[in-house]
Amino acid sequence: MPKNDIDKVTGIETTGHEWDGIRELNNPLPRWWLLTFYATILFSIGYIIYYPAIPLINSSTMGISGETNRAILKQEMAASRQAQQAQLVRIAAEELQSIKADQELNRFAIAGGASAFKVYCSQCHGSGAQGGAGYPNLNDDDWLWGGDLDSIYTSIKHGIRNDEDPDTRYSEMLAFGEDEILTADERNQVVEYVLKLSGREHESAMALEGESIFSDNCTACHGDKGTGDREQGAPNLVDAISLYGQSRDIMRAQINNPRHGVMPAWGGRLDDETLKQLTLYVHSLGGGE
Amino acid sequence: MRYLTELILLSAAAFLALLGAAYAKDNLFQAHAWILFFVLLGSCVLLARRVEFGLPGKNASKPDPSSYFDEVIRYGVIATMFWGIVGFLVGVVIAAQLAWPELNIEPWFNFGRMRPLHTSAVIFAFGGNALLCTSFHVVQRTCRARLFGGNLAWFVFWGYQLFIVLAATGYLLGVTQSREYAEPEWYVDLWLTIVWVAYLVVFVGTLVKRKEPHIYVANWFFLSFIITVAMLHLVNNAAVPVSFLGVKSYSAFSGVQDALTQWWYGHNAVGFFLTAGFLGMMYYYVPKQANRPVYSYRLSIIHFWALIFLYIWAGPHHLHYTALPDWAQTLGMVFSVMLWMPSWGGMINGLMTLSGAWDKLRTDPVLRMMVISLAFYGMSTFEGPVMSIKSVNSLSHYTDWTIGHVHSGALGWNGMITFGALYYLVPKLWNRENLYSLRLVNWHLWLATLGIVIYAAVMWVAGVTQGLMWREYDDQGFLVNSFVESVVAIHPEYVMRVFGGLLYLSGALLMAYNLWRTIRGDVRNEVPLGGAQATAKPAPAQ
Repeated sequence: MPKNDIDKVTGIETTGHEWDGIRELNNPLPRWWLLTFYATILFSIGYIIYYPAIPLINSSTMGISGETNRAILKQEMAASRQAQQAQLVRIAAEELQSIKADQELNRFAIAGGASAFKVYCSQCHGSGAQGGAGYPNLNDDDWLWGGDLDSIYTSIKHGIRNDEDPDTRYSEMLAFGEDEILTADERNQVVEYVLKLSGREHESAMALEGESIFSDNCTACHGDKGTGDREQGAPNLVDAISLYGQSRDIMRAQINNPRHGVMPAWGGRLDDETLKQLTLYVHSLGGGE
Repeated sequence: MRYLTELILLSAAAFLALLGAAYAKDNLFQAHAWILFFVLLGSCVLLARRVEFGLPGKNASKPDPSSYFDEVIRYGVIATMFWGIVGFLVGVVIAAQLAWPELNIEPWFNFGRMRPLHTSAVIFAFGGNALLCTSFHVVQRTCRARLFGGNLAWFVFWGYQLFIVLAATGYLLGVTQSREYAEPEWYVDLWLTIVWVAYLVVFVGTLVKRKEPHIYVANWFFLSFIITVAMLHLVNNAAVPVSFLGVKSYSAFSGVQDALTQWWYGHNAVGFFLTAGFLGMMYYYVPKQANRPVYSYRLSIIHFWALIFLYIWAGPHHLHYTALPDWAQTLGMVFSVMLWMPSWGGMINGLMTLSGAWDKLRTDPVLRMMVISLAFYGMSTFEGPVMSIKSVNSLSHYTDWTIGHVHSGALGWNGMITFGALYYLVPKLWNRENLYSLRLVNWHLWLATLGIVIYAAVMWVAGVTQGLMWREYDDQGFLVNSFVESVVAIHPEYVMRVFGGLLYLSGALLMAYNLWRTIRGDVRNEVPLGGAQATAKPAPAQ
């Protein structure tokens, strides 16, 4: 090899080439670099021997471990199921009330219900079950369809206004404006009367007119005093909780052309243990009866 | 009659675009054809003003075949700056959209359409133009030859800009084939193929007619980048259009084969576009700016071949714990682990090139920028193999850790080495003695570095938070968190990310101002950096 130029600064030989003023030193590969590179190769060879790695015609080498993602997942799922088996069998067999009576089992059911709630229910009801406009708050004691264990269970299992479940909860308020049952004036008067019933600020003259309209059109479902009827899913109009809001505009819109929320019927999608756990969880949030 | 043939071809293309608009099978294709028509029409007008009719007279400016073809590089530098700022700006906007969802403006400016606009703008428009202009610059200097193919380099440049415009407008209109980093539909892909082949011809042609006996290492990297990207692009975009006058096409692959093809492409877009190509840039501009020989020729050979051989197999690590067979996951992981040292070879060669010149870091912020880019390169190429290890990946996958990793590489390595190259190029290309202001370069350096550090750090925190929350079980064996709770938990990090991005963007704006003043020929009257040069100049009379 011909003797090439020596770089003055480092004293290292160059390769003797030059491109646009750039030269290259003839330094060897850094030793630590090379050894680390070899180490990663050795690690890789070991890893390939231990785990499935080399593709064959219809399968692959399985490695010493024989571990596959699917097999591990299956094992872990089975182990997790096994750990919960005793409680789940009891939940499936027992009535809601007796599960609730057993403190230990109830604690398990509520934990399971909370977890399922986050997956299936939080999208509408919020991760704290606090609800939102159009989605009921499940923490309070104001229930549209009842707040005891069996009522909650039925609501979860069959859903609300769900076309696909014949046993679904169903209620529908008339569109008093859209269908021209009441005039705009009459609707406004009813609003004032409802405000009066709830003890809120209102126009007394209009409320007076509204009273008879209310008793002709609304009491069948919402009751004489507007306190609602859970049998029909008719909301209480005089408490401080409303599904869509409490402003005059929202009340007018609701009378004019009511919105009707829909909830899935979870009976077809979740097993009965999960439905029961969800029920016990929702019941435990504060408003259970 | 200069440009007359070009003008006729361009007009014919504009007419075809008009026909495309008239006979389009769907509204999106029609809208896109109209955009193409107006772009081509505008180009015709611009070109027509430069056409010289009649015989070339004495004044006809025939380019000197012995000189370097630098005009297209000057355009490339401007395009790099422009698309860089566009890409960074869109990045800041989408970061803000994630922090404050009200900023999603339906339908054109929601996150789903803006996100590919951001990724394509920074990778292909900013990074692509940077690679185009630096490769044209480097290959001419290191081969001592003018670019091959005459005006073909202009076709490559303008053809590439047209690809960018069609891709970007397509995203906002809603034209996408939903393949990450390969979102443009079949007709834009075909156009890019033509441009890319022309690019290859220009580059290889220049190499062939070189006057140096050997091919410089930077050109090995550029060539591997051009060839491999062509291969990746062709395979991953193999698709059957529903109609030749409609936007929709169906991929040639399906199921897990489709996923693997996509990530074979996606990972090697990182490997060959953002790593090999930018290493080519590094191998020229770092030794030039430091004025030192490359540290080790042998290391450059070994790490080049090891890098390109290993990178191409690493894609399956994007599909750990999916339907991909176990053996492919294993191989994807081990090839990624083995990639660690070959990647670091480039960092060592870059950093060690400074041996004997470390003192220059005190006075030269451009060199400082290049060193920081190599540091980020080293960090990301260590983090990558770590994240490819399956047990790490089970925590990091699908979280913002990945986003942080990508940005420490993209902002730190690709961005900073490009800025360094631009600061080197602009005074050379416009015949200016110095940059307008080295102090502004220093400001840019620190704004960008701080921006990246904030960005990467908060994304690590966010990513690990997400990963831990998603896998948290209570003592009864039930999942503890809902997805939305993990979104709520990382909101502060999302807000901080916007801030990090703003810092980076403002640094780039400073650069644009600095380079613009440099091009104008201005020099800022300022105290030199580091004090070393202060002795060379007489102290200012005060």
